Amino acid sequence: MSVVTIILNILSIGIPFSVSLLLASLGEMFNQRAGVFNLGCEGIMSMGAFAGFMSAYFLQKTALGPYANWIGLLLAAGIGVALGLLYALVTVTFGAPQGIAGIGLQMLGTGVAGVLFRHFVGGVAGVPGLANLPIPGLVKIPYIGSVLFNMNPLAYAAFIFVPVSWYILYKTPWGLKVRAVGAAPRSADTMAINVRRTRYQALAVGGLLAGVAGAYLSLGQAKMFADDIVAGRGFIAVALVYFGRWDPWWILGGSLLFSIAQSLQLSIQVLGISFPYEFAVMLPYVLVILVLSFTRGSSTRGPAELGVPYDREKRI
Amino acid sequence: MKAKDRILYVVFVSLVAVVAAVGIGAIVLAILGANILQTYVVIFTEPLRDLFGITEVLVRAIPLIFVALGIAISFRAGILNIGAEGQIQMGIVAAAALTIALPDVPKVVLVPLGLLAGAAGGAAWASIAGYLRAKLGVNELLSTVMLNYIAAQLYGYLLRGPMIDPAELQTGSGTPQSVRLPKNAWIDRIIPGMRLHWGLALALVLAVLVYILMWHTTWGFKMRASGASAKATRYAGISVESCLLSAMILSGAFAGLAGAVEVMAVHRRAIEGISSGYGFTGVVVALFGGLHPAGIIPASVFFGIMLVGTDMTQRILSIPANMVSVLQGAVILSIIAAKMVINDPYTQEKFARKLKSFGKSRGGSSGTPHSGAPEAPRGGHKGGAGVTDVTEVGQ
Repeated sequence: MSVVTIILNILSIGIPFSVSLLLASLGEMFNQRAGVFNLGCEGIMSMGAFAGFMSAYFLQKTALGPYANWIGLLLAAGIGVALGLLYALVTVTFGAPQGIAGIGLQMLGTGVAGVLFRHFVGGVAGVPGLANLPIPGLVKIPYIGSVLFNMNPLAYAAFIFVPVSWYILYKTPWGLKVRAVGAAPRSADTMAINVRRTRYQALAVGGLLAGVAGAYLSLGQAKMFADDIVAGRGFIAVALVYFGRWDPWWILGGSLLFSIAQSLQLSIQVLGISFPYEFAVMLPYVLVILVLSFTRGSSTRGPAELGVPYDREKRI
Repeated sequence: MKAKDRILYVVFVSLVAVVAAVGIGAIVLAILGANILQTYVVIFTEPLRDLFGITEVLVRAIPLIFVALGIAISFRAGILNIGAEGQIQMGIVAAAALTIALPDVPKVVLVPLGLLAGAAGGAAWASIAGYLRAKLGVNELLSTVMLNYIAAQLYGYLLRGPMIDPAELQTGSGTPQSVRLPKNAWIDRIIPGMRLHWGLALALVLAVLVYILMWHTTWGFKMRASGASAKATRYAGISVESCLLSAMILSGAFAGLAGAVEVMAVHRRAIEGISSGYGFTGVVVALFGGLHPAGIIPASVFFGIMLVGTDMTQRILSIPANMVSVLQGAVILSIIAAKMVINDPYTQEKFARKLKSFGKSRGGSSGTPHSGAPEAPRGGHKGGAGVTDVTEVGQ
């Protein structure tokens, strides 16, 4: 194998790996820009992965078969929104501490997905999942064509969503509202922006993206479901938001860096350089801790009121 | 709000929270097509049927007490340790490695040594997250979660590699487990034939010690102060960073101790899955117990029942045992929401008004004058006029 093939190989595995992290992180970015820290992302992703898988699994042999994946995605998005709103009820309406609420949502989401999966499916079962959609013409470009233009439709959509979310966040009235309620909710309130409603909306968007990110894992990446399919990606996504300084482009960079590091580790194993595989599995988690340690300065660039429930009646 | 009204209010909100948590579980059970009432009855009564069931509940409650005490310390000090799962595993490794290395040391020395090693293992693992938070401002929720995943892999590696029982390699079965701990390191069981062990006594003693430490020493006061208001604590000349770090280390030590007790008293060799979610359940127990030792002990027993009960539903009703995770998640969300509602002076006032008007309308229909008339003006406060009143209620 030449060096070029090895690199292309790493990229062609790594880039699709980044999609679920990217979607979940962008969702979490909207949450955090609105001032709400959602550690429950992991649980929402579990439910999304489960909803996507179940729909594909049970509909594949019915008349709806050809649309099973898309129905699964819609279902995952819907459940994501519902869980995002549940989280909003607990943290925005009741103003509960967000770190603990996130852990609660994580347990609930992973728990429900696990229980329903064991009851209705049980063992290992695969689904056809999303097929790759090579883009005619572009896929023929030497070297990069097969890497960049031979992914499934959801992956293209996710990458296109990076500039879209940048536009939403910085160039639309709603994006301004989101940033306002995260940076200075009291001022936003004075300007007749409904802080609670905006936070609810941001959490719904975040939940939607996390749900779709989960469905990508079960339909686009693993093409199966397991209890631990998300394996901490929800938490990594939250960490990537810090790393990505609450900006879509940086978040894209972060998720690519992460997933390419992971596929690098896979290809090292394939090349026959042997070391205990447990250490390979550890790598992304160690990387998160290192990244968080070296981005300490970025906390000053974060939304000022991140994690603080807004209390209109509080005297200052 | 009168004291009687307040109690009524707290009871009412708690009931709503319980209904919400039970309701979320019921929705999931309904999707499964299970008999909801029967399932709950099995979960909460079946474990208490006989002595064996009760001792099993206590066996589950013991590690929960240790873990939850540690978590209560860290939460009170303002650092959210959710890495108990990893700290338990490091405690197991340290306790097992030390006791296996020193098989000939007499029991009176080896048991305490093993426990100390476990505590040290958990503390060392927790100190990573504590240090990162105190020195580099790394969010401890994220770092402890990541350390959980890392610890799980490290634990698996040690059991499959350096610590594996040589007999497993000879027979070729390769089950990832260590050799049996030397007899001198075993913590005795209380009733012959049951798994209940003397770790229970240790847990209860430590609960008292934690109470004294947190509520009757200067050190404990510093901890609670740094958790209640970091700014004010810093202003008083107390180093919040060192409070956070020491709370985290102590919290990890408790989790490590839980691991050491589990391996020395229950399993007697390091195997996979010893911690089985005690680290996360401990968080729920600590919150459910109001972050106070007096609440944590009954809460641990309650969740011990739930853990044994969901195991039983799996056997009796074939409802997956991870139903317990659903219930725990629902309990966390409803507890913290209920806590906020209970402490919210505005809803308190609103409730008192509702109660009053309810009393009035009932009084009116029966034709007798309302007995609570002297309080009427307070109930009449609305908007800005009630603010001073309301803040007093909130204190």
